[in-house]
Amino acid sequence: MGMPVTIEICGAGASQDQLEKAFSYFTSIDARFSTYKGDSEISRINRGEIALGDYSPEMKDVFALAEKTKRETNGYFDIRTPGGLLDPSGIVKGWAIRNAAELLRSLGHEHFYVEAGGDIETSGKNAEGKEWRIGIRNPFNAEEIVKVVYPRGKGIATSGTSVRGAHIYDPHAKQPVASSVVSLTVIGPDVYEADRFATAAFAMGERGISFIGSLEGFEGYQIDRNGTATFTEGFSDHV
Amino acid sequence: MKKYFVSFVFLVVFGGFAALHYISSASAANAGPSYTGQVTEEEAQQAATLADSDTATDTQPAEAQPTPAQTAPEPAPKPKPKPTPAPTPMPVAKPKGEYNDGTYTGSVADAFYGNIQVKATVSGGKLTNVTFLQYPNDRSTSVMINQQAMPGLVQEALQAQSASVNGVSGAMQTSEAFRASLGAALAQAKA
Repeated sequence: MGMPVTIEICGAGASQDQLEKAFSYFTSIDARFSTYKGDSEISRINRGEIALGDYSPEMKDVFALAEKTKRETNGYFDIRTPGGLLDPSGIVKGWAIRNAAELLRSLGHEHFYVEAGGDIETSGKNAEGKEWRIGIRNPFNAEEIVKVVYPRGKGIATSGTSVRGAHIYDPHAKQPVASSVVSLTVIGPDVYEADRFATAAFAMGERGISFIGSLEGFEGYQIDRNGTATFTEGFSDHV
Repeated sequence: MKKYFVSFVFLVVFGGFAALHYISSASAANAGPSYTGQVTEEEAQQAATLADSDTATDTQPAEAQPTPAQTAPEPAPKPKPKPTPAPTPMPVAKPKGEYNDGTYTGSVADAFYGNIQVKATVSGGKLTNVTFLQYPNDRSTSVMINQQAMPGLVQEALQAQSASVNGVSGAMQTSEAFRASLGAALAQAKA
């Protein structure tokens, strides 16, 4: 995956052991799913070295979730790349964060923050005993935030690009199309849900925000290359 | 209250294209031990704070008044306008009200679950109303979606925020989208 992972546990009872347990979970996911690692399971699958029946349970889970997401997004989410290889990164990140959050809960923690590559799951209160506050990064200036949101127990994920006026790959047209959208932040029931729908909606271009608005329990904040934000009505409940 | 804040980094080369420079931090904001995991590099600053503290926003409600119209086809992508059409302002935080007054009819857009066409009304330089000339109602799924929530969208100009935050959500260069973009570019390069 190649991304920073941050875990913050507030309140008594967190031990170094537990933190390392959570981190080693991410490490194991990276080792299995990274398309940049030649010896990862996904790379071996892409080279045809592993038979379908021999996939790990985690890999089967992720493939099943990816297939479900593909159906739910009318094909806009697809782990099959234009080159024909499988790249589940678009779903693994949110899935892994959610699993890590479950792990922390199972260890008895209620107040924590788990983030990987800009996608975030929060629980309970922050170290000051207040609601977690998350900024949305300015796609035109990484040092800035342009919005402060309160996830309030929901997950938050952003899909986007630093490239102005990016091209997105349209799975239906089977070719790149121009999109004026540079960033789409989604707040969903949990970070896995937010991540997969953010990925799919971003691939829809300008109408991605409408798609998010059509989903129950999801809110979105979309930024176009002109610096205009378009957001769903219910988004204001998190501001 | 104790706080444990740990960061951890995986470094990866970006498909041979961009080398990744990433870091994360252990910003021990509060008292309490802070552990730093097997970190490759350390650096501070994730909680972005910024200049400008003024937060005058330019918000305009968009109101949905569905006008049934029969539409059809399955999402066959084509270039289309945004759900809330109107001339867009310049980059980041400009004053407000640079739309020209009038009524604008958008072209038919494929909204993934059907077609949408809107009419936007601008008065006093602001988007004051959006009505739907077309929206999907021909399929049971679309109808359900519409009844649940015809997306009421709102627009504003970006404005830097000065508030402090616990974390930041945002796309990085390693995002799926960037990869998709790169993949698409490479596909073109091949053609």
